[in-house]
Order: sequence, then C-alpha cells, then structure tokens
Amino acid sequence: MKTNFKNLMAGAAICAMSSTSLAAEELVIFWAEWDPANFLQELVNEYEEVSGVEVIVETTPWSDFQTKAFTEFNARGDAYDMIVGDSQWLGAASTGGHYVDLTEFFAEHNLAEVMAPATVKYYAEYPGNSGSYWAVPAEGDAVGWSYRKDWFEDPAEMAAFNEKYGYDLAPPATWAELLDIAEFFHRPDEDRYGVAIYTDNSYDAMVMGVENAIFSYGADLGDFETYEVDGYINSPAAVQALEDYKRLYGYTPPGWAKTFFVENNQAITEGLTAMSMNYFAFFPALLNEATNPHAAHTGFFANPAGPTGAQFAALGGQGISVVSYSDKQEESMKFLEWFISDDVQKRWAELGGYTAHAKTLESDEFRNATPYNEAFYQTMFKVKDFWAVPEFAELLTSANQRLYPFIVGNEGTAQETMDALAADWEATFKKYGRTE
Amino acid sequence: MALSVIARLDPGSRAAKRGMSDLAIRNLFIIPTITFLIVFNIFPLLYSLGYSFTDFRASTNAPAKFVGLDNYKFLLNDEFIWRNFTITAKYVIISVTGQVIVGFGMAMLLNRDIPLKGLITTLLMLPMMLSMAVVGLFWKLLYDPSFGIINYGLGLGKFEWLADPDVALYAVALTDIWMWSPFVMLLSLAGLSAVPKHLYEAAEIDRAGSFYTFTRITLPLVAPILMIAIIFRTMEAFKTFDMAYILSSQPTTELIAIRLYKMAFLEWQTGQSSAFAYIVLIMVVAITNLYVKYLNKVKER
Repeated sequence: MKTNFKNLMAGAAICAMSSTSLAAEELVIFWAEWDPANFLQELVNEYEEVSGVEVIVETTPWSDFQTKAFTEFNARGDAYDMIVGDSQWLGAASTGGHYVDLTEFFAEHNLAEVMAPATVKYYAEYPGNSGSYWAVPAEGDAVGWSYRKDWFEDPAEMAAFNEKYGYDLAPPATWAELLDIAEFFHRPDEDRYGVAIYTDNSYDAMVMGVENAIFSYGADLGDFETYEVDGYINSPAAVQALEDYKRLYGYTPPGWAKTFFVENNQAITEGLTAMSMNYFAFFPALLNEATNPHAAHTGFFANPAGPTGAQFAALGGQGISVVSYSDKQEESMKFLEWFISDDVQKRWAELGGYTAHAKTLESDEFRNATPYNEAFYQTMFKVKDFWAVPEFAELLTSANQRLYPFIVGNEGTAQETMDALAADWEATFKKYGRTE
Repeated sequence: MALSVIARLDPGSRAAKRGMSDLAIRNLFIIPTITFLIVFNIFPLLYSLGYSFTDFRASTNAPAKFVGLDNYKFLLNDEFIWRNFTITAKYVIISVTGQVIVGFGMAMLLNRDIPLKGLITTLLMLPMMLSMAVVGLFWKLLYDPSFGIINYGLGLGKFEWLADPDVALYAVALTDIWMWSPFVMLLSLAGLSAVPKHLYEAAEIDRAGSFYTFTRITLPLVAPILMIAIIFRTMEAFKTFDMAYILSSQPTTELIAIRLYKMAFLEWQTGQSSAFAYIVLIMVVAITNLYVKYLNKVKER
C-alpha cells in the first residue's frame, strides 16, 4: 500500500514537472467556438514560427462562454493568459480586477488611432471617455443582413412588388422598405418566409436584434454618462422601433422563437427566407458553396436607415485582454505587440478575421476582398453597443424579460413594454448607486 | 433500531475473520460518507446561508456587505420570481399527474401474464436511461414545426409546440412525462405484484365489479409505493433544469431552477441567488414533509 502510494506521488510529481516545463513556452487564449477562433489559431501558429512560443486558442460554445470565463476569473484561475472577451464584459472585468490595465500599452503604440475609433470606444475603453483601456480590438463585428439575390432579381417578383408598393424591389435602404419586402416575400403556403431575425432571449441575441431597430430609429438605450434611461429607451422613436421589430417577427418562419446566428444562417441555406439578420462574422459560411447551396445567389446589405435617416447597427466583436491572474503577462504583452503590427493585421484580415485595424479596413484591397467587406467597412463606423457596466447581465435579463413577451408572446403594448423596461433599468442603476 | 443492526457483526463473516471490530467496520463505512457530506453539502449550505444576507457578487473584488433580509424581501416582492414559482407549480402538477396516470396505467397493463413481458418492460424503461440534455435536444428536433416528426405524424401542419408561449410548458411537461412515466411504472409494478392474489379471488367470489376491486383493493395497497414514486418525481420536477433549458427559452417555461441559474451564473448575483436557493430549499422541504406525513398516514391504514 505504502509503495503504491509512493509510486503514485512520484508519477504525479513527474506529471506536474512536465506540465510546467511545457507551460513556459505556451500561451492560452480563450474565445468562443466559431470560425474567427479557427482563423486566429491559424494566425498565431505563425507567431510560433517567429518567437518559438506556442499559442493555443481554446474555445467553448457561445452559450457557455460568459459563464466559463467568469467562473475562471472569480476563482482567480490562470488557465487562460489572454481572453477575447465580449465588449459588455469590460465593466465587470475591469472593476473586478480580472483584466490587466492596457492604458500604457495603448499610449505606447498609439492604438487609439491605429484601430478604428468605434472599436476602441466599445471594445477597449471603460468607463466611457475615461482614457483607460483594457483590451486590444481584435475581431470587429456588427450586425448586417444577407438576402436572396435571385428572389430579388426575379422579373415577375419585381413587377409584382412595384405594382403593390409603387417602387422598385431592391435591397432595402430604410426600415420601412425592409418591412415591405419582408411582408411581400412572406408566403407560408409556399414555404417561403419574409425575414429571419434574432429572438433568442438567453443572452444578448434578441436584444442585439432590437438594438438594430432602436439605434437606426434614432433612439438610444440611455445616457451612458448619467445613466438616465427614462425618455431614452421609452422615447417615441424607441417604441416605434420595437413595434416594427415585432412586425418583422410576424414575417419569420414558423417556430422562430429561439433563434440566433445558427438559425439565421440556416434560414438562407435552407432557402426559407428572403432576408436574414446576422453578424458579419457568420457571412463567410454563406458564400461557401459547400455550406450554402444558394451561395451564388446570396447578397449582403448594411443595417438600413430609420425614418429620420439615422443609420446605426448593433455592435458585436471582441478585444483581446490580458488576464491579471496569468503568470505570463509579460509574454502576453509581447504577443499583443506582434498582433497589432500592420503586417499581422493584414494577414489576420486575409485569413478571414475582421480586423479593427484602421489602415487595413480602409485599404481597397480589404474592401473589395469579399461581397460583404464594403458593407462591413461602412458599418464599423456607425455602430453602437449595449451598456458595458459591471451589472450588464442584470440589464440584459430585464430587457429579455420585458421585450420577449411582447415580441413573441404578444403581451401588452410597445409603450408599456418600454416603460416597464425603463423602470427596471432605473431600479438597477439606483441599486448600484449610479443614480440618486 | 438502526444502531442494533450496525453494532453487531456476524462472527462468521469475512470481516470478523480478518479481526476487524464492529467499530472499525462502522467507521470504515460511515466516516467517509459523513466527511463527504460535511465538505460538499453541509459546509456550502451554511456558507451560502451566510452569503444570502449579503450583497456579495463572485464576479467582483468588492467585499460583501451585510444587507440583512433585503435579498429575501426583494425576491419575494419580485413579480418575475412569483411568475417563476407559478410556472414551476403548474409544471410539477402537469408532469407528475401525467407520469402517474401513464405510468400506473402501463403497470396495470403489464401486471398480467403476457408473452415477452420482461422484454417489453425493459424497452419501456429506455427513455429513463437517457440523459436529460440528450432528451431535450432530441425532442427539440421532434417538435420542430418545419421538419419535426411529431407534426408530420399527427398531421398538425405547422403547429408551434415550443414557439407558442401558451403551449411550450405543456410541450416540456409532455417530454418529462415521456421520460419518467417508466419510473412510476416500475415502482407501481412492484407494488401491484405484491398485492396478495387471494384478495382478488375473494372479491371475485363476492362478485365485486372491476371498478370496485380497483378502488378498494388495488389502489389502497399500491398507494404507499405510489406515494414514494410521487415524492421522487415531485422533487425532481421541482428542480428540472437541463431539459427545459434546452427545449425552450420562453418566459412561460422559465422554471425556478433556470431563473436561479441565470441569477447565479449569468448575472453573478451570488448573495441574492443564495437567498433564492434557500427559499426554494425551504419550499421543497416543506412539500416533501407534507408528502411524507401523508405517506405515513396511508401506511397506517
């Protein structure tokens, strides 16, 4: 028994030693499981060639991403050296002490100008306008739209559309047109539907969808500096935006009540809908003949303008932060220095990553590389985001609790919904002492 | 009673031959269990009780502040939490009733001499052997309005099982009934086969009707074991999480376990969620106690 125990201990010691010796030249980046993470792995393989340091991109499904990351943070764990975290986490992760302050790094490399301004504002800075930075913008992303070009360009459809609505059928430039087109193509008896939108209420999916309408209708979630929400989120423009989002829900395929990026891409690949809302990051799959039989007939457009001409889109995307519990912070900083260099950012874009690097974004090479890059480039200069305060998850919960029953369950009116949401958010901000 | 069983060791047993004393055996079996219970159950239970009176959030470095009964007050006054409780109550009633009816019915059907009885019983128990998450994923596909086999088989067209907020809870309960009726069946079958045959013979001689035989002989004698099945299923249904979480995200199917998970691990309101967990615990203990009291009454009869 005793010898057995000794053997066991010796084995454990060897294991422990070998793992530390490996760890010395190894960096772990944690991200969600999606194509950009695979592109990043390809990119960082090149870092190993240059520096000899092996970088591993570890992933987990989106639904677990936040829970898993924060569980690790809360345990002060050093499993991850860097993390490509969601923009809403900035508040919680910076005030919680989980992220290393990158303000100096930003100043040293002039990152506030090297990266596109919107990405710096939303992926890196917290609190807003404070000049404190916590992440290096890595994957720019926003919500755009894909559509079926063959349906839109069918002469019979075009004539019928013009007859009914009095203008030509083309990718919508306004939300009013978007609603018309969705209505026009919604034909349940032909198994064809108008539009695919986000309705999943488990994290931020549906809220992002609604935000697309709210922002383009000229409304805001609130004042990000004073935390005032009454008169913003329940303003007439925001109420109208919500009403129209609900109208869009009426033109979705049956059972469209828990949908996010997977379902919305399926809507196009399965030939279900004329248009589909999704993050740009998921568009490469739509141009791939192997994953989309309609690839040749799929087009893209930016989130349309609202009634006042305002045009914005909900922000996705993430920045890379250094985890403050990692014992390889210096090594991580060296990696980031490599990552932000012009050549690497260009390579990142080539591999399929959506760079936030201003110079690369503006280059003709990037803008003409794919059918959606131009729409992406335009969108990245007019994005807005959700609250990034530490209590963002509670704000999301209230939004889901209020918006979902109205949109999917047909409960109450848009005004009642937004008034109730404003009251919930006010109470939350009061609870955390942000307002009197 | 329990002690007298433990204290005496059969002198002919292998343990006794190896020279182990009664006490050593008792310690060998009990101490690890007790330690395990204390470390993984009792300690967290007490620790979280402490947290439930604070505004602690595991996601920040801010120290926990004592807030007294604020968390409890907030939770019991929150309209959404009450909705979660109502939904859970409805879910428990629907799914447990369904399981008892279906499970007991199957047991009645199987409680006779039929060919391949063993095989049929085993096959019927298959759903129970699956993982909850897998069942959730499967049924989500089965319920799908566009390509699901349920609508296809029943000719329901594009009926929205999970997308319709009024139907979703029934759809989740139906899945639970499918999965756990075999459990009730199994226990009922054990109860039914224990009913003495001579009682039925006597009833037949007295020309009692089949309904009378069922209500006066079968049901009372199976009742205690059926109650045990009901207790188990109620407790399980009360804490249903994975299946419902995977099947639907409707607010009308947000059971307390799902709300609790969101509060604790998405919003990281550790203090408040500890309080919430305590409220749920007290309710489950209370309900179980009621059942156990009733069970004892039934047994006395």
